Amino acid sequence: MSKLEKILYGNRLKPILFLVGLILILPLVVKSPYIFTILILIGIYSIVSLGLCLLIGYAGQISLGHAAFFGIGAYTSGVLTTSFELSPWIALTIGMVTTFFIAYIIGIPILKLKGHFLALATLGINIIFYILILGLNQLTGGAAGLIGIPSLSLFGVPLTDKLFFYFFVWTAAVLVLLLSLNIVRSHVGRVLRSIHDSEIATETLGVKVENYKVAIFALSAAFASLAGSMYAHYITFVAPPTFYITKSILFLIMVMVGGASSVWGAILGTTVIMFLNEIIRFVGHTYFGISGEVEIVVYGLIIILIMMFLPKGLIHVISKPIQKLKPKKKVSVKAHKDMISQKGV
Amino acid sequence: MELLMQYIVTGLTVGSIYALLAIGFVTIYNITGILNFAQGEFAMIGALTCITFANAGLPISASIILAILISATIGLIVERTAIRHARNTTVIILIIITIGVSTFLKGMGLIIWGTNPKQLAPLIKMEPIHFMGAVINPQSIFIFIVLLILLAVLYVFFEKTYIGSALRACEKNPRAAKLMGINTSTMSALAFTLAAALGAIAGILITPITDATYEMGFLIGVKGFVGMVIGGMHSIPGAVAGALIVGLLETFSGGFISTFYSDAITFLVLILVLFFKPNGIFARASGERV
Amino acid sequence: MSKLLEVRGLTKRFGGVTAVSDISYDVGAGEIVAVIGPNGAGKTTLFNMISCFLSPTNGEVYFKGNKLTGQKIPQLAHLGISRTFQNLQIFHNLTVLENVMMGAHVKLKTNVVNAAFRLPRILKDERIAYDLALDAIHLVGLEELMFEQAGQLSYGLQKQLEFARAIVYKPDLIMLDEPMAGLNDYETNRMADYIKKLKSEGSSFLFVEHKMATVMELADRIIVLDFGKKIAEGTPDEIQQNAKVIAAYLGEEVV
Repeated sequence: MSKLEKILYGNRLKPILFLVGLILILPLVVKSPYIFTILILIGIYSIVSLGLCLLIGYAGQISLGHAAFFGIGAYTSGVLTTSFELSPWIALTIGMVTTFFIAYIIGIPILKLKGHFLALATLGINIIFYILILGLNQLTGGAAGLIGIPSLSLFGVPLTDKLFFYFFVWTAAVLVLLLSLNIVRSHVGRVLRSIHDSEIATETLGVKVENYKVAIFALSAAFASLAGSMYAHYITFVAPPTFYITKSILFLIMVMVGGASSVWGAILGTTVIMFLNEIIRFVGHTYFGISGEVEIVVYGLIIILIMMFLPKGLIHVISKPIQKLKPKKKVSVKAHKDMISQKGV
Repeated sequence: MELLMQYIVTGLTVGSIYALLAIGFVTIYNITGILNFAQGEFAMIGALTCITFANAGLPISASIILAILISATIGLIVERTAIRHARNTTVIILIIITIGVSTFLKGMGLIIWGTNPKQLAPLIKMEPIHFMGAVINPQSIFIFIVLLILLAVLYVFFEKTYIGSALRACEKNPRAAKLMGINTSTMSALAFTLAAALGAIAGILITPITDATYEMGFLIGVKGFVGMVIGGMHSIPGAVAGALIVGLLETFSGGFISTFYSDAITFLVLILVLFFKPNGIFARASGERV
Repeated sequence: MSKLLEVRGLTKRFGGVTAVSDISYDVGAGEIVAVIGPNGAGKTTLFNMISCFLSPTNGEVYFKGNKLTGQKIPQLAHLGISRTFQNLQIFHNLTVLENVMMGAHVKLKTNVVNAAFRLPRILKDERIAYDLALDAIHLVGLEELMFEQAGQLSYGLQKQLEFARAIVYKPDLIMLDEPMAGLNDYETNRMADYIKKLKSEGSSFLFVEHKMATVMELADRIIVLDFGKKIAEGTPDEIQQNAKVIAAYLGEEVV
């Protein structure tokens, strides 16, 4: 990592090593298969959150319909592997590419809209998708869903074993994280954040703002599709309710609770919400005897409180003290210009 | 021909429900600039509260009034707590806050009333009417009449009373309104209370026709929203017209194409309207200062 | 010899209102041209038409001999034109350094793909952007505040920042929309110094301004608008003695 990158963005290795370390250590500590499932799901949903974070936190757009892209991936994988007996890997790739293109084409007109209108349009897309998968029941199994989706296998080893799948999912998640970090810690990251602050000024600087917005939208959709495919192969069963607006809102809450302006926030938010989910369901069902999606009460409350009092998300609680600890950088222009003219910096 | 008449009647009925929600949306949007994604939940609260009271033995009129009052109070509380603190943040954060409110209220609905649908006996006990070959449920007429009465009341309120004019002033120019001594903060609270009351009325009216559950709010809320976008976000008559169109669109596409895909068609129309006429299909071209 | 910027018969009608009517003038290389006029004279409308924010009802603009009217806004920076805004459009959530580095966009080849995979081009681009940005920051004296959030700066400093961002890649034509608005005397003089320095390096300026002293000091030529029409054009001396100009500002003949 170059000195310049360090000056501009801070150390990149430390948090990555921390995360990788955590991923490696957890299987040693955690023995319950139930918690393992949660960890796997956190990994899968983190991939969606990362993409959504780029779209919302960096580019300043919004989507209330990402469950649709999650679903396109899941159903593409499901249908292609069951009805057409394609290899899961090929199905996954087809899913990602298809979702990317669909999102790109939809994105071009949709991202001309802003704020409420954009939110409403993405909502509409989600509902249309939901109705389509219910309706095309010859292909998708309709309301009953698709069962018997094969698991993924790597080099002939089926990834049915929870541990293997855990590492597979988190390897994918870390790769997506690295990709996102690369984007964010570059001129493109600056461009996205500029678009967020002032589209007009960004255009004046020569940026084709539309192209960037659509590109990030399509990329975030592709990430969601990847996650959806992995979901399908893990649960081996998909049904429409999973891909309704409630899921889109959940993704949104995960990103905003963690902190949309930080890639790490996306992962943090996903983790917090997933664990909260389990805790609330447990408490609700055991102690209060309420069935159904009780946890949404807490989600609603949390997102309201966070948006009111901690709009930068929980990650800010961690990053702010870290910032304060860093010494103030002193800059002499001449010294800096000498520095960057040296090779290898 | 009879079928056409039937569709029109059903469409207008359904559209009237959406219209009541759309009016709430427009009111809040124009006074506060916020799009209240929780609007549909007020309908749910109104419906379920009314049913609970009625089933507990209260006379129906008392149940209705109580339900409206409770819903209006909740609207007020929401505004005073969640909305007021966040007035000056970005559009996206406000959207997310109202989504959070919607989710929270929906969850509370689940906790209080559970998952089983609840019914209310029809408010009008009459035989169905036969008109031009269509069978009209008296409840439908009732809904339509209520809508017309409410529109008339709101018209008088907004045009003739001081508070109504103050609300309209806030819509046109909040700063100027403030300078004229109008308390925009109070207006905002009033807008939410009013919208919550209207939403409750919508919910109560619809319960004799369909069952009430904690989930009912979302879709009818969104369709009210669609009506507002189609009809133009800045006027109540426009929003009502838009909502009636949505109702008719739903019924006709349900009848001629498929009841199953009618929602998809509604949203497709929404997306097309957003692309081509985001100010509503009745809007004239508007200029913009750069 | 063709001029850098040629404005030919620009007219803008909004419905029944004619905001700008048949304006023509030139800006040459290394020239500073100011557009002045009473409020409502159409200066901002004219400005927005030239910078492609508004499409003219009639007329055309040429830049380096090529037609500029009808281009999309992002194109302008690539042609060598930059502009600032009357209501300040800095990037509040970026640092001062990042704001200015954004100004180097046209010199960079970074895109989503090569950024995602961190190809060598990325580092090269970062160095280019940083290098150019440092120069611009040094010009306006914002080194000490380089890592501060732009939104935290005072108004005067934000204006300097926007200026620095606009000149980073050394554009041929720099359009400033009321660059001195809201600045005190000290800040105004400082901004004037920056403009003079850049002019000496070959940049041309077109700006709208109300502060007469500055306009008279800086401009090579002045265009005066009133009610959407050009009522005078000339050097500062000529303009100061022009009866029509005096009438426009004061409303009647001054005896």
